[in-house]
Amino acid sequence: MEITALLEIVDVSRHFDTFLALDKVSLHIKAGEFFTLLGPSGCGKTTLLRLIAGFDQLDGGDILLDGKSILPASPEHRPLHTIFQNYALFPHMTVAENVAFPLRMAGIAKKDIQARVAEALEDVRLPDKARQYPDALSGGQKQRIAIARALVNRPRLLLLDEPLSALDAKLREQMQIELINLQKDIGITFIYVTHDQSEALALSHRIAVMDCGRIAQVDVPSRLYGFPNSRFVADFIGKCNLLEGKVRDQQGDCVTVELDGLGIVYVCRSETKPAIGSRCALTLRPEKIRIAPTVRPADDESHFTGHVHDLLYLGDVTVYLVTLANGVLLETLLANSASGRANFFEVGDQVEVAWSCDAGHLVLD
Amino acid sequence: MQGKSWYKYLLSLPPMAYLLIFFAAPTLIMLFASFRYAGEYGGLAPWYLHENGRLTLDLTLENWQRLLGTDIYLRLFLKSIGYAVVTTLICMLMGYPLALMIARSGRKSRDLLLLLVILPFWSNFLVRIYAWMIIFSPVGALTRMLNGVLDLFGAGPITLMFSPTAMLVCLVYVHLPFMVLPLYANLEKHDLDLLDAAQDLGAGKWRQFWLITWPLSLSGVIAGSILVFIPVLGMFAIPDLLGGIDGIMIGNVIKQQFMESRDWPFGSVLSMVLTVTAVAVVLLGSRLGQRR
Repeated sequence: MEITALLEIVDVSRHFDTFLALDKVSLHIKAGEFFTLLGPSGCGKTTLLRLIAGFDQLDGGDILLDGKSILPASPEHRPLHTIFQNYALFPHMTVAENVAFPLRMAGIAKKDIQARVAEALEDVRLPDKARQYPDALSGGQKQRIAIARALVNRPRLLLLDEPLSALDAKLREQMQIELINLQKDIGITFIYVTHDQSEALALSHRIAVMDCGRIAQVDVPSRLYGFPNSRFVADFIGKCNLLEGKVRDQQGDCVTVELDGLGIVYVCRSETKPAIGSRCALTLRPEKIRIAPTVRPADDESHFTGHVHDLLYLGDVTVYLVTLANGVLLETLLANSASGRANFFEVGDQVEVAWSCDAGHLVLD
Repeated sequence: MQGKSWYKYLLSLPPMAYLLIFFAAPTLIMLFASFRYAGEYGGLAPWYLHENGRLTLDLTLENWQRLLGTDIYLRLFLKSIGYAVVTTLICMLMGYPLALMIARSGRKSRDLLLLLVILPFWSNFLVRIYAWMIIFSPVGALTRMLNGVLDLFGAGPITLMFSPTAMLVCLVYVHLPFMVLPLYANLEKHDLDLLDAAQDLGAGKWRQFWLITWPLSLSGVIAGSILVFIPVLGMFAIPDLLGGIDGIMIGNVIKQQFMESRDWPFGSVLSMVLTVTAVAVVLLGSRLGQRR
């Protein structure tokens, strides 16, 4: 893929009175990318989306599309469309009229409009709904009509503001798959806002994690999950154990860490190059921890003994909270692959845990 | 569920009874009166006669023939409808921007502005018309100021009192809140995301209004129009006090028939026509409102 920045966000700031909603945010979004802004509510992701769409004025910085600033253009003149959280379908227009709306605004001839509306409805697999009014549609159908309306005149960029949040879990998953396929087929760049980290991981080519008006980390999903650059990102993306400690020694990409209350562990293939003596946290995903009544640790594994403190049966997996020495809590999980048997351990059982030296990842203070 | 359905009929019984006794029954009495003869000293003549010991009906179509025999009343009706249409249009032109402004202003100022809209209701209707009489008076400040200015250009003098203009100003003044309130109630519920969406899809301010806000507010426009049109159609106090000879409306004639001419049957004929006109307008309005 050719690396061209379709949209450049340069040092964008926005404050509301004394609240700093965006603090010098810079991002480069490539053409054809499915890019996600992920963060907790109030992190500034929706503010950024509204600035790109033009519904809000920024206090500093610039937004460039194809190298040209779009700030002077009002929203109706920007070659990008937004999918609103509540779909914002026009209730007094039929589905076909809704989808035709952007074409009408662009002054396209009536006979061409009809063909393109039909095509757009075909794309979202709802060709038979053309004459219905939006309130006769289900949530998922409204969603697809909103997408058809936003894509019908081929914008350069599609902005999606938590578009799946109003759907139930099952439908959401189905729509996620449809969104991925649709984006792949039409090749239009998507900027997607969500607070749902699993949705972000499932959909995106790249994710920008936002926190308090700043970009915490931008990366592809697998690296974001595997190599978070801060406690915030590690904690926000997926489930994560954060074990506090201090760097003792470093040789090549192998770091020796003294974990508080647990003692020495080794972290190999470390991406982080910490200074000796600095405070750090070992991030450890639950699924990377082995748990058994007795583990026979390999040479490169760290190994501890503890008790099951709590357990959560989730069907496919059971989450075990294990108390280690000095009260350190470790979240682990086991897949319930054997049918007819709920849990491997009960609360209070003594267990042993182990993880390989390349299972964890260090984040610094 | 089924066992409870009698309950809602019970609840609607008092209002139903009220409407039957004070609206439906009088309307039927009026309809009946329109076919009777006037009494010698006003009121109604008996509707039956004793002849040779037999009762015979003494009803007539005379009153209705009188209505249709001349175009005076038709023209009066048309004139009244004209006043009602013009008042409704002016109220809409002035009330819509006002209602929109109130609906889009902040929560706090919204309550204050609404209060200001209904503030005139705090003083009596007739008192407010008398106030307009003072404003329009030939020796009032407004008339004298206008004539002073006109005099500079060698024009005038004019009188404001007893003119269609004075009537219209007062009709609009009295009925404006009836347009603003239903419009506000409608506009306040609009989802502003729709306007953002329209703009996002390429509509400027003008098209956002005409393609989104206006069509979605039509039910409010119709409700407000009915609330203005109907009372103006039957209005007699304002033409009486401000309209002068030319300002006479159908309401004045009906009042005359009952109070001065003592011709109740013909007054009933005119009232029936007025009622039917009003009902027709409401039906037309609700039909328009149902259409998408």
